[in-house]
Amino acid sequence: MATFKDFRNSVKPNWCPGCGDFSVQAAIQRAAANVGIEPHELAVVAGIGCSGRIAGYINSYGFHGIHGRALPIAQGLKMANRDLNVIASGGDGDGFAIGMAHTVHAIRRNIDITYVVMDNQIYGLTKGQTSPRSAKGFITKSTPEGAIEPSLKPLEVALSSGATFVAQGFSTDIKELTALIEAGIQHKGFSFINVFSPCVTYNKVNTYEWFKEHLTKLSDIEEYDSSNRELAMQTVMEKEGLVTGIIYQDTQNKSYQEKVPGFAEGPLANLDMNLSEDQFNELVKEFM
Amino acid sequence: MLHQLSWKVGGQQGEGIESTGEIFSMAMNRLGYHLYGYRHFSSRIKGGHTNNKITVRPTEVRSIADDLDILVAFDQETIEVNYKELTEKSIILADAKFEPVKPEDSKAPLFIVPFTEIATELGTSLMKNMVAIGATSALLNLETSVFQGVVEEIFGRKGEEVVQKNMDAIQKGFDAMSELLGDRVGEWELAPADGKRRMYMIGNDAVALGAVAAGSRFMSAYPITPASEIMEYMIKKLPKLGGAVIQTEDEIAAATMAIGANYGGVRAFTASAGPGLSLMMEAIGLSGMTEQPLVIFDTQRGGPSTGLPTKQEQSDLMAMLYGTHGEIPKVVIAPSTLEEAFFDTIQAFNIAEELQIPVIVITDLQLALGKQTTEPFDYSKIEIRRGKIIDHEIEPNDNKDYFKRYENTEDGVSPRVFPGTPNGIHHVTGVEHDETGKPNEAPGNRNAQMDKRFRKLEKLTFDTPVYVNAPHEEADVLLVGFNSTRGAIEEVQERFSAEGVKVNHAHVRLIFPFPSSEMAPLVASAKKVIVVENNKTGQLANILKMNVGGHDKIASLTKYDGTPFLPGELKNKVKELLD
Repeated sequence: MATFKDFRNSVKPNWCPGCGDFSVQAAIQRAAANVGIEPHELAVVAGIGCSGRIAGYINSYGFHGIHGRALPIAQGLKMANRDLNVIASGGDGDGFAIGMAHTVHAIRRNIDITYVVMDNQIYGLTKGQTSPRSAKGFITKSTPEGAIEPSLKPLEVALSSGATFVAQGFSTDIKELTALIEAGIQHKGFSFINVFSPCVTYNKVNTYEWFKEHLTKLSDIEEYDSSNRELAMQTVMEKEGLVTGIIYQDTQNKSYQEKVPGFAEGPLANLDMNLSEDQFNELVKEFM
Repeated sequence: MLHQLSWKVGGQQGEGIESTGEIFSMAMNRLGYHLYGYRHFSSRIKGGHTNNKITVRPTEVRSIADDLDILVAFDQETIEVNYKELTEKSIILADAKFEPVKPEDSKAPLFIVPFTEIATELGTSLMKNMVAIGATSALLNLETSVFQGVVEEIFGRKGEEVVQKNMDAIQKGFDAMSELLGDRVGEWELAPADGKRRMYMIGNDAVALGAVAAGSRFMSAYPITPASEIMEYMIKKLPKLGGAVIQTEDEIAAATMAIGANYGGVRAFTASAGPGLSLMMEAIGLSGMTEQPLVIFDTQRGGPSTGLPTKQEQSDLMAMLYGTHGEIPKVVIAPSTLEEAFFDTIQAFNIAEELQIPVIVITDLQLALGKQTTEPFDYSKIEIRRGKIIDHEIEPNDNKDYFKRYENTEDGVSPRVFPGTPNGIHHVTGVEHDETGKPNEAPGNRNAQMDKRFRKLEKLTFDTPVYVNAPHEEADVLLVGFNSTRGAIEEVQERFSAEGVKVNHAHVRLIFPFPSSEMAPLVASAKKVIVVENNKTGQLANILKMNVGGHDKIASLTKYDGTPFLPGELKNKVKELLD
């Protein structure tokens, strides 16, 4: 059986030293090993930005797509091969700005893939512009007087979009993050995992220390029940989104593929592509 | 006895105009007639003038007729909008309900029939369409029984009583019309047809059937006029074959999802029109750069922007050739008949996989939605070729490096492996990359990979890149077109031939890479070249000049008012350019 080391490759990440993304990468590698899959049974599809490079840093099939489009590519891949484990990944700009429509609709659609957002509340690769996740008043190159727009609330968006799995992690806590990604992979449906992954170069406000000070672990809230959507929404709003753990999971809902009428049980690549002459004539006759 | 009948029914959108045309033409199809139907409609659900013009012949019919023999009107607007197409030999049938008035300068007589009243007497005014069909059959001197089969098929599931009522409506319409006609019975009788059954379908049907026959089992798309029928057909058929269709949030998702699915090993595609194609440009680049096959259909409509969403135009040509930033190898195909649309779809899927590139199949509204008869497609000509897909076990790689998915081969095509395959792990990226897919911006690697990608086009084989009908070694004029203008040009060629004007015809089917070697001699042997196209700027004419020269003799004949070329008007315009 593969260990997390088997999910390592020889490529050296080009992230800044201290970047939160290193831990996210490690957590994905550990989670993949923990659920008992082999590297070739995993595909990581990523967008563009610092985070997008992750598809090339894990020893698995990897697709580094275009900005904001990791989710549609990942969904298409999973539709083609439902035996494959598909993880989509990208940054907050990728998922909540240019790719926001895909995020909401992927959540609604509930195809069985895992989406890990590396949320650093800033545009890093383009050298420090505001992100939809930047807090109001946050000063960046594109908001020299402070951001005017309020920060987008991904957990609330996910919950109100009908998510069947919503979790949030913090890159420093690899153990919890690994467990969240593991649970996400095993969830039958779309799993949305937002991860606070600090940018040490361009975000001097939402630092590791800041998160340590502000985050609450849901496991520390005694009466918390992740199967209660209303409670999840209430808690997230009360804590202004600064929580970690499984926020909500619906274990009853079936995934999209299970609901598609007549959908093949294995990879579509294994289907017979040829129509028999009888099948073809049948189709032709419908037009006569 | 007529050798061609041109029949049009018109009224307000949403009052059954389409189904009237459908029932009439289905019955004619079953009698063995050849048909060409074209619908005029607006971008709204109910209201607004709509009409369905159907040209019927016992022999092959290639385009919409110039004139109109019978106009069936359910409102005055239908008469006002269409009467100019009528001749002295034509007739207007109008519903008494709206108290029709014959325009002063109408050459055709007006016959008023109480369509609605007869239908209401039989139980529901909805059947006024069936009464009109009955009246039509009286004009054509056709037994009403020819409609029995079609009516049973359409209304059968509603019960025998409904079938009978509709047949009664047809009979009553027939009787009322016969009485009105008096001794003019038989004037509009059509020469008999051969009774042979043919397919009667729109271009979108041909394309969708082609996709199913090509083995495509996944489609992602966003609804748009005039492409939606392709998706709707796939939604009906793919569940029976284990596949699926996803209606996405937008065309960006549609195209990128299809790329993801192709990467996963299934033949996947999307279909849209201009506005959707504009959104797909980045995906087309991704497909080219990552060498993932992708088939896209562009059913052209009037642009730019929202433009003329329900009208004919051929103005996406340049966008399809040059769209997406940077440079990628790509193939653009433009079928001009139903049969070509079917087989080009299969060719598109084969080329996309064999060369691992995006292939765009462009049609236009007239071909996409125009309903035509065609001989059943030949099953034995369907061939699926997938190219260099690895179907054997891959040896483990000792140094744990990636599989060379972008190996710099002689023909430029690299072996392709699907995710999930042991020892096939590699990286895919839209960033310039090396043979294993790892990002690599070094100049030497850039040249090697760019040249490799473009080398693939040299391997392209395409069945009949240009449809040529060139009977003259030295022609007075070469008419060039693409997509649905083919029928009108063929008619024009035939009519000129009767007058002794030497006309050759070339219809470009492979737009890119442009078939210069086929086109150059045709251009050289013509005194003049006229490129016929439904756009403002003469896009195909420019492509022709760019590839084969001949600037001094190439002229553009364009039309961009949203209506298709009719043979008569086209002939006049060609004549003007020749004089």
